[in-house]
Amino acid sequence: MLNPQDPEVDGEMKQGHKKFTSLVRPRGVTSALAVATAALGLSSCTIPTFGAFKGATTQGQSTFHLFQGFALASIAVGGVTFLLLFYVMFRFRKKDESIPKQTHSNVPIEIMYTVIPIIIVVILFFFTVRVENKVVAVSPSPNQRVTVTAFQWGWKFYYPATNTTVIASGNTYPQLVLPQGETTTVTLVSKDVVHGFYIPAFNFSRYALPGFTNRFDFNPTTTGTFIGRCSQLCGLYHSEMLFSVKVISPAAFSSWTASQAGKVTA
Amino acid sequence: MTLTEEKKGESDHGQAGHHEGPSGLYRWLTSTDHKVIGKNYMYTAMVFLFIAGGMAMLIRTQLASPNGHFVSQQTYNELFTIHGSIMLYLFAGPFAFGGFANYLVPLQIGAPDMAFPRLNALSYWLYLTGGITMLLGFLTASGAAAFGWVGYAPLSSSTNSPGAGPDLWIVSIALVGFSGIFTGVNLVTTIFYLRAPGMTMFRMPIFTWNMLVTGLLILIAFPVLTAALIMLYADRHFGTVIYSVKGGGSPVLWQNLFWFFGHPEVYILALPFFGMVSEIFPVFSKKPVFGYKGLVFATLAIAGLSTGVWAHHMFTTGTVLLPFFSALSLLIAVPTGIKIFTWIGTMWGGQLNYKAPLTWAIGFIVAFTMGGITGVFLASPPIDFATHDTYFVVAHFHQVLFGSTIFAGFAGFFYWYPKLTGRMYREWLAKLQFWVVFIGFNVTFLPQYLLGLKGMPRRIAVYSPTDGFTFLNQISTVGGYLTGLGFVIFLVNMWISWKRPVPAGDNPWDGYTLEWATTSPPPSHNFTSLPPVRSTRPTWDRNHPEHADYKSPHVTEYAKKEVSSSEG
Repeated sequence: MLNPQDPEVDGEMKQGHKKFTSLVRPRGVTSALAVATAALGLSSCTIPTFGAFKGATTQGQSTFHLFQGFALASIAVGGVTFLLLFYVMFRFRKKDESIPKQTHSNVPIEIMYTVIPIIIVVILFFFTVRVENKVVAVSPSPNQRVTVTAFQWGWKFYYPATNTTVIASGNTYPQLVLPQGETTTVTLVSKDVVHGFYIPAFNFSRYALPGFTNRFDFNPTTTGTFIGRCSQLCGLYHSEMLFSVKVISPAAFSSWTASQAGKVTA
Repeated sequence: MTLTEEKKGESDHGQAGHHEGPSGLYRWLTSTDHKVIGKNYMYTAMVFLFIAGGMAMLIRTQLASPNGHFVSQQTYNELFTIHGSIMLYLFAGPFAFGGFANYLVPLQIGAPDMAFPRLNALSYWLYLTGGITMLLGFLTASGAAAFGWVGYAPLSSSTNSPGAGPDLWIVSIALVGFSGIFTGVNLVTTIFYLRAPGMTMFRMPIFTWNMLVTGLLILIAFPVLTAALIMLYADRHFGTVIYSVKGGGSPVLWQNLFWFFGHPEVYILALPFFGMVSEIFPVFSKKPVFGYKGLVFATLAIAGLSTGVWAHHMFTTGTVLLPFFSALSLLIAVPTGIKIFTWIGTMWGGQLNYKAPLTWAIGFIVAFTMGGITGVFLASPPIDFATHDTYFVVAHFHQVLFGSTIFAGFAGFFYWYPKLTGRMYREWLAKLQFWVVFIGFNVTFLPQYLLGLKGMPRRIAVYSPTDGFTFLNQISTVGGYLTGLGFVIFLVNMWISWKRPVPAGDNPWDGYTLEWATTSPPPSHNFTSLPPVRSTRPTWDRNHPEHADYKSPHVTEYAKKEVSSSEG
């Protein structure tokens, strides 16, 4: 799967990183948050992943960069809060029985700790909406379409263009095949209860709902095989409702669809 | 009306009358005294805490190894469903608004009892009945409910979850829901109508303020849940199709109704505990609370915003307006942040007396800050898409809820234990318990953030050795056992304190609020006399006249007049 040593992935990440920092730096220079973000971004060449997947789709990568931004902001905010807390905890330990100054309030400080968080939240919201618009965008003319049907306890993948069906449940896990570098629109439905269509490496999940159709796009950037899971509790064998996602080159994808046309793989 | 009658009764019988009243089990069964009911609530909730905590130990044991066979998948699903249901419906809420609020609100506002004492008793008995009903699910042939504490439709339908277990779950929560509504009515009425002379709204202790807002939130949220449950029951048994696609209903409706309850519920659970630490930080710093009005307005802001954030639990349904719910969810971090800074501001420049209540309350700030910050991540829809229904969320809400209910809850419990019992707990055992639980808690939940980011969904009974989840799960399990050990230390502490009582005195902490102006434990109608209420700290004013709040320039003109007229 995604390996930091993989030169291809690494190259893409660096590109993405540049994009992200150029987004942050000019806009929020005045705020403490952006200063902290920029300082951390400059002091180390690459921002750590903080344990998250780098994203194997363009959408997933955008989410990953947003996550990094949130992580840096939270380190800054959490760091300041904990520094204040620890300072108070040690500095103001009880020394004697005297009664300290009875301070009731300090309006400028109170306004400060109201306004600064609002500014931070507005910045976070701004970047959230930008990334969100990318992640939820559905192309009017995708290269491929696939219909995913979730059921207790398995998945059915149907490619309408070639009338290909991949279905499996129980001990064999079905495989969703996607072309790299192309846009695939997924149409997601459920036959019975609510399921969660979740591909961790794509940084994406969406509920499969009975009676409601969801649509979203994947633009895979990396070839490879990834695990997919059901994330929403759906009954007894929820834990075993797995699938795999195989991203292959467009050429390999064409020959695969040609070989599978009209077939049902169970 | 009841109150005046009871007061009359009191003066007729004289003081000795109370001590000849019923005692022991009969008193426990028949009492309408808010203090007895409050204690009943508190101790019952703690029993449920231990039951659900035991379930957590079983859950962690199952997850300690890949392909775990400690319990079956069906049993596992039942365990986490009832673990969550007990913790949220039977422990966290009732412990706070049934236990602490019942006991403390009348004392803090100088009232002799709650406004509706019999309704209060009914609340408790509905709660106890509801709790037992939920546990009975395990005795049915098909087992307890196994669809998670959120009971999503249509998994909770009669086709997908047949049997009596799910029915008992529905009935149980409906009963507890009514109990909560009655308590909410009682709290709001008590606070509006039974405040002692001089106890204006802006002289109420922060805890009472938080309980007022909690009561209002209960009245907004619980009826929706109860209605949703009745509709679910009708779908299961009377052939309605409210949540069923087949008859033209909508499964997503359940999610909307449930979370319209569920998100205010999170604050119904958290606000009482915010209130408790807002009492503890000032007393153990020997300072008034910093920014009293700011705290009150932050509480009101949280309550207002909390009714408009429910759909952040539904970002991945594809059926909600993402920017709206994202914006409000991010915004709710602001008043929550204000509270944290207010508590730090309260301690700033103080004389911090590190007794167990303060230690636990600081532990609460640490846990809650971490859980709050990761909550900001989840308020961002793209990040939620990546982490929804994973262990990232599990870690987040445990840091928030365990942080509030356990760290702030035990801070409050140890703070008011002398008032409840007239005795002192053992300080060193309370501190030992803190460190064991604090370390155990972090070792349990911090690895779960990483597990979530690695893609481990919540509510899975088994995972594969090739998933790379094993090591982090093992750490988490060790942390879980350590946390469990911490609660054994608590039992030891209570046992020793009960067997070898150390009298605590009426006001061992130099407390500020009216409950510290009466005896420990208080007499049956709470006060024989009340100190004058001229500020938020009447007991402090009485005990430290040279530093009294009403003498500070902070005081309002109105209070100044009152003082000059009473002194003149």
